[in-house]
Amino acid sequence: MRVAVTVNGTEYARDVEPRLLLIHFLRDELGLTGSHWGCDTSNCGSCVVWLDATPVKSCTVLAAMADGRSVRTVEGLEQDGRLDPVQEGFIECHGLQCGFCTPGMMMTARWLLDHNPDPAEAEIREVISGQICRCTGYENIVRSIRWAAKHSQPDDAEAAE
Amino acid sequence: MHYMQVPSQVEYERATSVEHALSLLNRPDTRVVAGGHSLIPMMKLRLAQPEMLVDINGLAELAYIRLDGGQLRIGALARHADLLNSAVAGEHFPIFHDAERVVADPIVRLWGTIGGSLCQADPSEDLSAAFAAARATVVIRGQDGDRMVPVREFHLGPYETVIDRGELLAEVRVPVQSGTGSAYEKVARRVGDWSVAAAGAVLRVGEGGNHEPVITSAGLGLTAVGAEHFVAAEAEEFLVGGPADEDSFAAAGAIAAEHCRPVADQRGPEDYKRHLVAELTARALRRAAARAAAPNSGPNSGPNSGPNSGGART
Repeated sequence: MRVAVTVNGTEYARDVEPRLLLIHFLRDELGLTGSHWGCDTSNCGSCVVWLDATPVKSCTVLAAMADGRSVRTVEGLEQDGRLDPVQEGFIECHGLQCGFCTPGMMMTARWLLDHNPDPAEAEIREVISGQICRCTGYENIVRSIRWAAKHSQPDDAEAAE
Repeated sequence: MHYMQVPSQVEYERATSVEHALSLLNRPDTRVVAGGHSLIPMMKLRLAQPEMLVDINGLAELAYIRLDGGQLRIGALARHADLLNSAVAGEHFPIFHDAERVVADPIVRLWGTIGGSLCQADPSEDLSAAFAAARATVVIRGQDGDRMVPVREFHLGPYETVIDRGELLAEVRVPVQSGTGSAYEKVARRVGDWSVAAAGAVLRVGEGGNHEPVITSAGLGLTAVGAEHFVAAEAEEFLVGGPADEDSFAAAGAIAAEHCRPVADQRGPEDYKRHLVAELTARALRRAAARAAAPNSGPNSGPNSGPNSGGART
């Protein structure tokens, strides 16, 4: 079947099997390998992308279900050469080691901050509770997201540089 | 790439209206897909091999939660996160907020649907027991119209419901009654996991013959422990007409533990599960009674204030 999906603002049309999973569509059909294919059972969260405005585990969504919709992946966080504060936070606070969970963590973090610009630590831990990191013990991921929250406020725009 | 889990070949159709969905569902071996977070993993494992999927995610007319005619009405396409964030649901049935807080994880809850959970009919699924405790009714839509089925008659067994070919679950209706309190208590091995066991209680407390408060109605649901239709019927019967006190709650817990039929699995042995049923039933009753006495002021009045909301266990 023919699917047309707008990914990070660019429309892509491809002929795919209806059983193709969204994560493989992104990685293998479009070459967007920023989103990671991890557990394949919707437990680990490394494949989280946005489907329209909602984060989803893309190993458990069919590419066909994204037909006519928008997808935002980790490649779409940076805008006009400027990193998202979430990406800066992960750099500043050492929010990754091996980096496997990072794209999913950052997509969920961006969504959280869009809905809750100043989340408490417990709220951050709750929202990433369906995503697994085997390196950081989560501590630095939480710090990274807190850093991004602090540096996303309009008044702090310069501090984010 | 050799170890990739891929569903078997399947056709895909996107329903453009409920009528369109119903006509597509008349074909054999056709399954509805909404959130897909149970069905797609089962398809990867070949536990499900439908010939065709009917995607109902575009049917906005099935995505709502509202109070109407003394009933809480939940459209089948409402997402778990919608129920968790619904103020009207939380006001009348805190049991649904308790349960939703421990269904899967926040990302899955954004996409998984209420109707999908019920239709999946997994014996460990949390909402079946919660809706059974609340004596909900489901609305099943077919080409000849709607039929109402009490949720206590909806499940025929594991992964099996009364929904026939050509039918679609449209709505869940829960009767709202004043003086009611409710709660759901779950034990899982880790955040986001299925229940080892869980219990839901819906209690109504009124005035008895000698002006003492007595339980006038009781609904008890049990998750993952082999309770028929997810209900602890004997314990319900015991509670009605008695006092809403600790002795009653403990006795009801013991009755529920005696009559359920848990099986030993990787989540625990049978005796441990019975122990959990007794304890969690008593806890759910205690919390439901407190909420009946002081509506909207108990613990967990807000969607993210619960003891299971987070923090240290990520």
